[in-house]
Amino acid sequence: MAKLSSSSSTTSDAKALFQTLRSAYSATPINLKIIDLYVIFAILTALIQVVYMALVGSFPFNSFLSGVLSCVGTAVLAVCLRIQVNKENKEFKDLPPERAFADFVLCNLVLHLVIMNFLG
Amino acid sequence: MEDLEIEKGSKLRFAFGNVLSLFILLLIGVLAFSIRLFSVIKYESVIHEFDPYFNYRVTQFLTKNGIYDFWNWFDDRTWYPLGRVIGGTVYPGLTLTAGTLWWILNSLNIPLSVETVCVFTAPIFSAFAAWATYLLTKEVKGTGAGLTAAVLLAMVPSYISRSVAGSYDNEAVAIFALIFTFYLYLKTLNTGSLFYATLNALSYFYMVCSWGGYTFIINLIPMHALLCIVTGRYSSRLYIAYAPLIVLGTLLASLVPVVGFNAVMTSEHFASFLVFIIIHVVALVYYIKGILTPKMFKVAVTLVVSVGMIVCFAMVAVLVALVASSPTKGWSGRSLSLLDPTYASKYIPIIASVSEHQPPTWPSYFMDINVLAFLVPAGIIACFLPLSDASSFVVLYIVTSVYFSGVMVRLMLVLAPAACILSGIALSEAFDVFTRSIKCQLPDLLSDPQPAAGDTASENSAVQNDIVKVDKHSTAQKSDEGLKERPSKKNRKKEKEHVEKVSVKARKEKRLLVLPLETSVIAILLLVLLGAFYVVHCVWAAAEAYSAPSIVLTSHSHDGLHVFDDFREAYAWLSHNTEVDDKVASWWDYGYQTTAMANRTVIVDNNTWNNTHIATVGTAMSSPEKAAWDIFDSLDVKYVLVVFGGLVGYPSDDINKFLWMVRIGGGVFPHIKEPDYLRDGQYRIDSQATPTMLNCLMYKLSYYRFVETDGKGFDRVRRTEIGKKHFKLTHFEEVFTTHHWMVRIYKLKSPKNRIRGKTKKSKLKTSTAAKLKKVDQGKKNPWH
Repeated sequence: MAKLSSSSSTTSDAKALFQTLRSAYSATPINLKIIDLYVIFAILTALIQVVYMALVGSFPFNSFLSGVLSCVGTAVLAVCLRIQVNKENKEFKDLPPERAFADFVLCNLVLHLVIMNFLG
Repeated sequence: MEDLEIEKGSKLRFAFGNVLSLFILLLIGVLAFSIRLFSVIKYESVIHEFDPYFNYRVTQFLTKNGIYDFWNWFDDRTWYPLGRVIGGTVYPGLTLTAGTLWWILNSLNIPLSVETVCVFTAPIFSAFAAWATYLLTKEVKGTGAGLTAAVLLAMVPSYISRSVAGSYDNEAVAIFALIFTFYLYLKTLNTGSLFYATLNALSYFYMVCSWGGYTFIINLIPMHALLCIVTGRYSSRLYIAYAPLIVLGTLLASLVPVVGFNAVMTSEHFASFLVFIIIHVVALVYYIKGILTPKMFKVAVTLVVSVGMIVCFAMVAVLVALVASSPTKGWSGRSLSLLDPTYASKYIPIIASVSEHQPPTWPSYFMDINVLAFLVPAGIIACFLPLSDASSFVVLYIVTSVYFSGVMVRLMLVLAPAACILSGIALSEAFDVFTRSIKCQLPDLLSDPQPAAGDTASENSAVQNDIVKVDKHSTAQKSDEGLKERPSKKNRKKEKEHVEKVSVKARKEKRLLVLPLETSVIAILLLVLLGAFYVVHCVWAAAEAYSAPSIVLTSHSHDGLHVFDDFREAYAWLSHNTEVDDKVASWWDYGYQTTAMANRTVIVDNNTWNNTHIATVGTAMSSPEKAAWDIFDSLDVKYVLVVFGGLVGYPSDDINKFLWMVRIGGGVFPHIKEPDYLRDGQYRIDSQATPTMLNCLMYKLSYYRFVETDGKGFDRVRRTEIGKKHFKLTHFEEVFTTHHWMVRIYKLKSPKNRIRGKTKKSKLKTSTAAKLKKVDQGKKNPWH
């Protein structure tokens, strides 16, 4: 009995937790949600590549590395952009969002130049 | 009106301060360059030591054949008959830098030779390194500390020893890359700008191109990130500084052929990946904490912890199994010898035999970083007041580099920048306190003889308030940046008005230290004296201790200066009197010099990548003449080169290195046993030496005809008479001995055409021949 009630309390707790998470997240501005979508897309692509490598074998290892790291790299850079553009972040309130985006583009350019070189 | 004038006054002060700093930095660059020129003045513009000759040869190839041929170069003039893939085994940063410099200068019609560019690359980059130290320390503490640290680094003997003009080695550019990478990391950490993160990754790429010590960076930065997380200093700036560097850095590191896939597969990089995962988890936790209420957050934590633990344990178990399955746990031999200092002597005698890899002695700390050795603890304390991300990084840097410098004397070089940074901080803080004390109390001293005008009286009382209250915010404003400003009367008036306001704030302000006047003056004088001692020591070290090119030796005697140019004499003889395709065998120390200066194929050289090949040469040197001839003949060797210092007292000759040859050879070929060459555990070459020692090739080639020099055969290095004095060589013939007998070259005698009499097969000789595994079964050996 006690175990059932504790497990039911944990499930109800979990449900309450998800509700609060969902409501809190929907309050974020739409530009941040777009960036989050981009991050999720990049991570999914990386996962697909890893699954493909597990199926097919890792022969041109440099291609595999460059593919996965390019996805992870743009995800990380997008997260950095999100941090800098987020209005709730006190440390970055002096930073104009255009400058943040320009830095993001520059870093991505360098990343993709290296990827193109390493792809083989 | 007053405010405007004061503002203009402070702007002018700032402008003057900036111009002064720029001028000082320029002078520091000139100092760093010129203190390294002693060897060029005392000897000549020549490349030093052994390793730089290889780099010089590679740079020559690059400038002659272009970058594509350099990238795909397979060198067949070394490690005969194996060859060496230069493109894939060399750190290209140094050669590409010098090649680019040469190319730029030549396209500007400044026709410097490749050798000149190579010789002067190191001093130029040490000037850059001093400027990078200024930038780094400015990020930690401010301009005053930056200037002090830069001037200390320009002169520190440890760095001079590896970057003197002519020392064309990887560390010359690598130390600059190291300091610059750390500066960009701290700049990103302080500003949170993605632009500096990109620059940081590119600078890290330059470091990976230049030196194998880049693993220090890729382990120190994750350690620092972990430290920040654990001490509760996580911020989004840390994420921006760390995560892009790891992704971009790993990619860029795999671009360099030497590193290749090691960037993701060896244990040296795993720390960075681990902390990468940890920092993402922490970032997620902070984000969720930000959007949830505390109660819901607690629920989330309990739920996630139970699920997450299971996943974590699974992943960690997989990782541990992967790593533990390799015998060295994924670390390379050199890294293992750093972590466990006894590893090399047990398993890899080659790494243990290099003199640079021995632990340093205590006096070498004082020799190499001098006064900084006891300014560093003061700097560490100054870093803690107040503690910031940048200062915690510097403290971590010094602690790790002190440990590693204790393992290998070569790594004192990594300690030097850290010591300079911390000493610069300590000295700058000390000067701040003393000059502040003097400035507080000097007007009091000066205005005493003048009678009290209205202004001066209030000034006096204001100044008295200074001393009495000992906590003035305005004094902090005046003594900023460590520059001495002339106190203007207008400032004093403003101070008087603010006295009351400030005294209210005074309780919350930090108490600034003000010492008595006489103490401060004497202390400043003593600090300047300390600096003078440091400068004198550095210049002496640069001139006397670290400027020897090792390829030319000098000695002073009662009849003047003797110059020993034997090495170049021998290499010149080789290049003029032998065929282009002849192979030369010597101990691996001289391989790079032989290929670069004599332009002949060698069997082993300083790269020491193939232990068995070196052991073969070592076995040949330790065997009797006939067995040695067999080994050398199987390797197509024509000439054998030995270095002998017994006539002039040159201590680094082959007889002194001989025991290492025995140990390395014995490690691969078990019939060479070290105790056979020692009498009662002692290494001797006199009449008490063992017969194995007296019959081995190294003894015979070193001491052949030595008794003809003074009639008794007295060896000046070992300080005894040699054991076997009169003997003939049966399988080798002497072709050249240099002027001071320092280099001796022998040629392998070709086998006789006819075999006289019956071929005898004595049992002893067949057994050694069989053990060497080189005898063709059907061929009769003509030497029997």
